[in-house]
Amino acid sequence: MTITTAPATGGKPEGFVPGPPGTHITIRQLNKAFAGTPLYQNFNLDIPRLKVTCIFGPNGCGKSTVMNMIAGLIPMDSGSILFDGKSLGDTRIGYVFQNYREALFPWLRAIDNIKYPLKINGCSSEECDQRVRELIKTFDLQFDLNRYPYELSGGQQQLVSILRALAPEPEVLFLDEPFSALDYEMTLMLREKLQELFRATNLTTVIVSHDLEEAVFLADEVLLLTKRPTRIAETIPFNAPRPRDIETLSSPEFVKTKSRCLEIFQREVRR
Amino acid sequence: MNALESTKEKAPTHSDILTVNQPSPLTERLGNIIQPLIGPLALFAIWWMAAAGNWVSGNLLPGPIATFGSLWQSLATGDMISDATATLKLTLTAFVIASVLGVPTGIILGSSKKIYRSVEFVIDFFRSTPVTAMFPLFLLIFGIDDSSKISVAAFAAWLVLLFNVAYGVMNAGETRVLAAKVMGASRWRIFKDVMFYDSLPQTFVGIRMAVSMGLVVIIVAEMFIGSIHGMGHRIIDAQQVYDLEDMYASILVTGIIGYGLNLLFLGLERWLVHWSGR
Repeated sequence: MTITTAPATGGKPEGFVPGPPGTHITIRQLNKAFAGTPLYQNFNLDIPRLKVTCIFGPNGCGKSTVMNMIAGLIPMDSGSILFDGKSLGDTRIGYVFQNYREALFPWLRAIDNIKYPLKINGCSSEECDQRVRELIKTFDLQFDLNRYPYELSGGQQQLVSILRALAPEPEVLFLDEPFSALDYEMTLMLREKLQELFRATNLTTVIVSHDLEEAVFLADEVLLLTKRPTRIAETIPFNAPRPRDIETLSSPEFVKTKSRCLEIFQREVRR
Repeated sequence: MNALESTKEKAPTHSDILTVNQPSPLTERLGNIIQPLIGPLALFAIWWMAAAGNWVSGNLLPGPIATFGSLWQSLATGDMISDATATLKLTLTAFVIASVLGVPTGIILGSSKKIYRSVEFVIDFFRSTPVTAMFPLFLLIFGIDDSSKISVAAFAAWLVLLFNVAYGVMNAGETRVLAAKVMGASRWRIFKDVMFYDSLPQTFVGIRMAVSMGLVVIIVAEMFIGSIHGMGHRIIDAQQVYDLEDMYASILVTGIIGYGLNLLFLGLERWLVHWSGR
């Protein structure tokens, strides 16, 4: 698997239509097929800056695929993806994988996992320490970062993954079903930590979720996709104030937004 | 009365269950010490009975006490030790050569599917060929001395190591590689920081297999390729002059060498590859 940034490095292609004001990521004329079956055909999408966008849709619609193409993990067949007009190569991104066990480096202590992306970028060890201290403070970490990942609970490991993605101060953070390998208790803990994050930092965030409640709870905008060939069914905003908590889950606004999303989802699944 | 007793047995009381599930720490510790000793002690007892009761002809099986006596004597006079040292030296030399050649070649094979596919058949073929079939060839090339033994053992160990290292590198966690890529790591960094570490558990499997393979080949080579020392030579010599006590003692020492090497590398693995299987 190679990272393909080629279509985006050529600058803006001809006939490029910019997104509305406040757009961070623009996807234009994206095409992607698997084994000859088109998944995305001339797909266009604008992802807003400094907001949390949750991608939700039926199985096999390519929720993760589109995010992975934006993050450069999967090559696209054709099209352009620009971050504020820049290519992926000129953009700092952070990515949190679904399975923390497979994504963390078990031979490094948790703290060195977090420092690793900083070291790649040539930070001195004082700068690394400084940044880790900041992160510990922001997230109010209560466990020993000098442990190895396999000595931590699942939730702590995923939190370390998130800190590792955040360490180099990315412009965009991607999370691929970040809670699906965790039990409910850990999920609640991490959701709370993410609320801190969304409040404390200014970050464009893209989350793929298979859980509608979770998607709405975390999102500023829920992006609902159709069955393949995939289009955008609708974009539903959710503006409840942050930090959100258990109360938010029972607020009328949340219930209304969630049932609206469910309605659209079911319409699209049956189509 | 009987019926009453049997129902009693079928329905253990609460306190019974407790004692079954939670043995006292002392009993547990004692059990941990005693259980591993049962097998060796039983073997010793059966051996002793077989020899004392003449189950097997005394011409084939000396008693354990006589055998251990002979073992003690050979160790005390030092002549067994020099043979054991010779074997150990050849085995470790072969292993070091195999590692120096096998780890880098394995990494190269594992990191390129194209290279691996083009030599896969050759490796599988030679891995399937009994290395002992190649003794005469190595004798021709290296002559009748230790270098032919070392080279044939190193060859066999190299193939095992090569295969395992390549396999380890090939199966290095794809997600971890992607994680490093997305952080902007260069190909070289991904290789040395991620793929190398991720292949270590499998490399150590190969290392332990390679060292036992090396020992097997060295022992056989010492038996048949004009030797004047080494455990293989000692075993076949004892058999020729019908010194059965020394033969059994030598077999035991060979076993101890093999077991010790395995233990050593297992310990090394636990220490260096602490994350393996966790």
